[in-house]
Amino acid sequence: MAAAMPLALLVLLLLGPRGWCLAEPPRDSLREELVITPLPSGDVAATFQFRTRWDSELQREGDTDHYFLRYAVLPREVVCTENLTPWKKLLPCSSKAGLSVLLKADRLFHTSYHSQAVHIRPVCRNARCTSISWELRQTLSVVFDAFITGQGKKDWSLFRMFSRTLTEPCPLASESRVYVDITTYNQDNETLEVNPPPTTTYQDIILGTRKTYAIYDLLDTAMINKSRNLNIQLKWKRPPENEAPPVPFLHAQRYVSGYGLQKGELSTLLYNTHPYRAFPVLLLDTVPWYLRLYVHTLTITSKGKENKPSYIHYQPAQDRLQPHLLEMLIQLPANSVTKVSIQFERALLKWTEYTPDPNHGFYVSPSVLSALVPSVVAAKPVDWEESPLFNSLFPVSDGSNYFVRLYTEPLLVNLPTPDFSMPYNVICLTCTVVAVCYGSFYNLLTRTFHIEEPRTGGLAKRLANLIRRARGVPPL
Amino acid sequence: MGLLSDPVRRRALARLVLRLNAPLCVLSYVAGIAWFLALVFPPLTQRTYMSENAMGSTMVEEQFAGGDRARAFARDFAAHRKKSGALPVAWLERTMRSVGLEVYTQSFSRKLPFPDETHERYMVSGTNVYGILRAPRAASTESLVLTVPCGSDSTNSQAVGLLLALAAHFRGQIYWAKDIIFLVTEHDLLGTEAWLEAYHDVNVTGMQSSPLQGRAGAIQAAVALELSSDVVTSLDVAVEGLNGQLPNLDLLNLFQTFCQKGGTGSVGGPQDWTSLDGPLQGLQTLLLMVLRQASGRPHGSHGLFLRYRVEALTLRGINSFRQYKYDLVAVGKALEGMFRKLNHLLERLHQSFFLYLLPALSRFVSIGLYMPAAGFLLLVLGLKISSLHEAEVGLEEPGGVGFQGLTGPISKSLCALQGVGLASLVAPLLISQAMGLALYVLPVLGQHVATQHFPVAEAEAVVLTLLAIYAAGLALPHNTHRVVSTQAPDRGWMALKLVALIYLALQLGCIALTNFSLGFLLATTMVPAAALAKPHGPRTLYAALLVLTSPAATLLGSLFLWRELQEAPLSLAEGWQLFLAALAQGVLEHHTYGALLFPLLSLGLYPCWLLFWNVLFWK
Repeated sequence: MAAAMPLALLVLLLLGPRGWCLAEPPRDSLREELVITPLPSGDVAATFQFRTRWDSELQREGDTDHYFLRYAVLPREVVCTENLTPWKKLLPCSSKAGLSVLLKADRLFHTSYHSQAVHIRPVCRNARCTSISWELRQTLSVVFDAFITGQGKKDWSLFRMFSRTLTEPCPLASESRVYVDITTYNQDNETLEVNPPPTTTYQDIILGTRKTYAIYDLLDTAMINKSRNLNIQLKWKRPPENEAPPVPFLHAQRYVSGYGLQKGELSTLLYNTHPYRAFPVLLLDTVPWYLRLYVHTLTITSKGKENKPSYIHYQPAQDRLQPHLLEMLIQLPANSVTKVSIQFERALLKWTEYTPDPNHGFYVSPSVLSALVPSVVAAKPVDWEESPLFNSLFPVSDGSNYFVRLYTEPLLVNLPTPDFSMPYNVICLTCTVVAVCYGSFYNLLTRTFHIEEPRTGGLAKRLANLIRRARGVPPL
Repeated sequence: MGLLSDPVRRRALARLVLRLNAPLCVLSYVAGIAWFLALVFPPLTQRTYMSENAMGSTMVEEQFAGGDRARAFARDFAAHRKKSGALPVAWLERTMRSVGLEVYTQSFSRKLPFPDETHERYMVSGTNVYGILRAPRAASTESLVLTVPCGSDSTNSQAVGLLLALAAHFRGQIYWAKDIIFLVTEHDLLGTEAWLEAYHDVNVTGMQSSPLQGRAGAIQAAVALELSSDVVTSLDVAVEGLNGQLPNLDLLNLFQTFCQKGGTGSVGGPQDWTSLDGPLQGLQTLLLMVLRQASGRPHGSHGLFLRYRVEALTLRGINSFRQYKYDLVAVGKALEGMFRKLNHLLERLHQSFFLYLLPALSRFVSIGLYMPAAGFLLLVLGLKISSLHEAEVGLEEPGGVGFQGLTGPISKSLCALQGVGLASLVAPLLISQAMGLALYVLPVLGQHVATQHFPVAEAEAVVLTLLAIYAAGLALPHNTHRVVSTQAPDRGWMALKLVALIYLALQLGCIALTNFSLGFLLATTMVPAAALAKPHGPRTLYAALLVLTSPAATLLGSLFLWRELQEAPLSLAEGWQLFLAALAQGVLEHHTYGALLFPLLSLGLYPCWLLFWNVLFWK
């Protein structure tokens, strides 16, 4: 399992500055949900989603101006408690009631995967889009590890995962639900048992496969009222075999190849494991300027043959101003590995430009892959307002595809780094050299030359000549 | 120029050097050797200390207690291995997966240039198995490696057992900030090389291997483990890598810290430095290290990591007849401690020394202190060069004082060369370089021809061709003396010797900078003979000295010294066998791992040595 996702921010500045100084607009009701997905390996994934929406008085003027579109990545950020606390404060019920009581930092960070996001976007309120609402969506995904958190046991409960149980819904929430994935992996009987038994189930196509979810609605008074708490338990009826998990249709890997501090190569491997369908992928790469890319070395190969991208956009870097931006549309053949590689040279930075721990290396942000991945089961496009929130994580476009955006791992690249204990020595050495050079040049420039008339010498001269003869130099 | 320096005084200095040349040379040589011997005494050798702040204090508590588990894994591994006759890949995969790692395999194959008789292999194909423990706290940007190389025989199974038990223990912890790769390689170093090349997606040595499926970012440090018994009396640590590269001293300090903490008696090294016994034993350890480093071969699979700037060392369990023994738990605890400390690292290991010599585990000699030893030896060559070119200039323009200060020694010697006629130098230079090239290329290229015409195996053919070409080089003077002009008989050999001395001094200087041990060893042997070589005087004596100090003879002598220091002296016949094996290994290691000793000797030092041979037999 990969670990914390880099924090990616997509900032859409659609409105002028006057938009922000209005009085607080009325809040729409909150929707919150928790999806629990037990994995065959014994791990369990939990995804929280909170959506708040409020109307704004602003009028929308025309289309999006792409001039204001910005993209920025901070590849070094590792998510921890100091990201969680302000994130929780954005929730209407904070962590007092509803699903957010489960958000206990010491449990959430004892997981093998952690991803946290904030999305904010304008949503049209009518067909002509003359008035808009703002939507704030917060998601948090964690994967609990059977080896660490579960001490090797594969059965889970809310208490075991979060060391809390659900007691009451958030009074501000219009919807508050827990979904548990109870899809049967075997044909004949159920593999998973949930307790308490769910009142309703929900079926949908998620990531191209048919899934069944048990629904627990916190607003349903019967659910909580019985014992004042809800502790959902998962039991594997037949413990799943300890086997490698199924691979997704699209996954990617990124690494730096080569050795030494002069050159290197950025390689991205794109895997299409679909047995018979090819699909295109949009690859977006931003590379810092201090890796000087050689664009002529860009090679894309799949199945040993060159793969020509149907679209390339490249914006070269400017030193200290902007990074390289490389965007390509690549067709991935069915059941293939596509390797995208580009060579670079490591630049030597000015000595004040190195980060505080220069020998740690410099981060290169992940590539972003956006693709329409073919699904196994055809799905109907649904009304997003009616369906659960997690449905829109991987939106279905036309039934046969679903949209996926993947981030590869960030890279750590070592740049040629001066020995920072040396400046003192360098200063001393430079000063000495300058002093010596200056001294002799000053001597040369200021000395005056004149011919001395030979004088018949006295005792001193004879003595001097004696010494000179002993030294082996011509006498005066 | 004359304004900045006094040409008259400089001339006097030159005359002094010229007059006292022989005693100065002797003095400088003796000073070089004496300086080297003095390296084991306290003012020059210092106690090691940890420089890296992140690993400063030993604030980790080792909790590894999987000794029984390790032994069980080792037994299973050995049984499966005996059954299948190769690395039990499926069993390893299953076991690694059951302890919760992400498991991948990599297959590789390599056809060696000629059969390797020491390891009995020619067409090699194998599979490496590695499991990755993904750190919960990071996004797979950095990793550490614990590797166990498995050879053809069934040694090292305890190391595999310990690796698996450690993996199981590490998997249950939540504090990892770097991924940990547990790597088991087949065909010891060949497997490691294949894995490293695939990990960095380069092909340096012509290895054919399948691409890696799983990676874990930049490798920060690696530890190789070799254990062949359930208990050890001490742990030997090997640091010398490919081409004499060494890991950062902090890694060694880390190991030493945990050895002291756990009480694991580490590599033999005296603690008592006050009496004479300590330094004497230190000298033995130092000489062993110098010989190991000079050989330029990786002493353990860690040596191959160093090329990729991954700090690495090999821990080797030694089970001798000492009373007190340690079990696998003690070794495991030391490893656990090291990995937890490495896990704390913020930056790559860079704070401490990269160039050092070790008279003991807890003592080191830094580069600033050992370099003068090589410097004094090279000074002999410098003195000889200056005396030669002064003599030549003296021959050419007696009493010429004027512009000497301005022209450097090189331009002056070029003037001298023009006096002789370049033609007389071109022939010996070209012929000796051609011999070197033949020595480098022909043995491997002509092995099939040799096996067809003579009743020898390929490996023998390579070694014997090597020796034959080497010996054939000695016939060189008889071929060149006819070309040489006879107008100035003395100047001819002096010019050749001048060129040869400059060539040797440059080569030794470069070697001493990159691999001090090799440079020092070659300088110790080659410098006296090179300084003495001239076509007058007791020529047979000079010739004997020159043959005894040729690169091949140095290698033979080093082998005897090596076994003498290890307290297992060689007989002459054994020594000869070992010498032949070492030649074959040297050629093989150049082709399989990219070791540079063979091309260096055959293309650089052997031609240079032939020039001196040529000087000696100048007519």
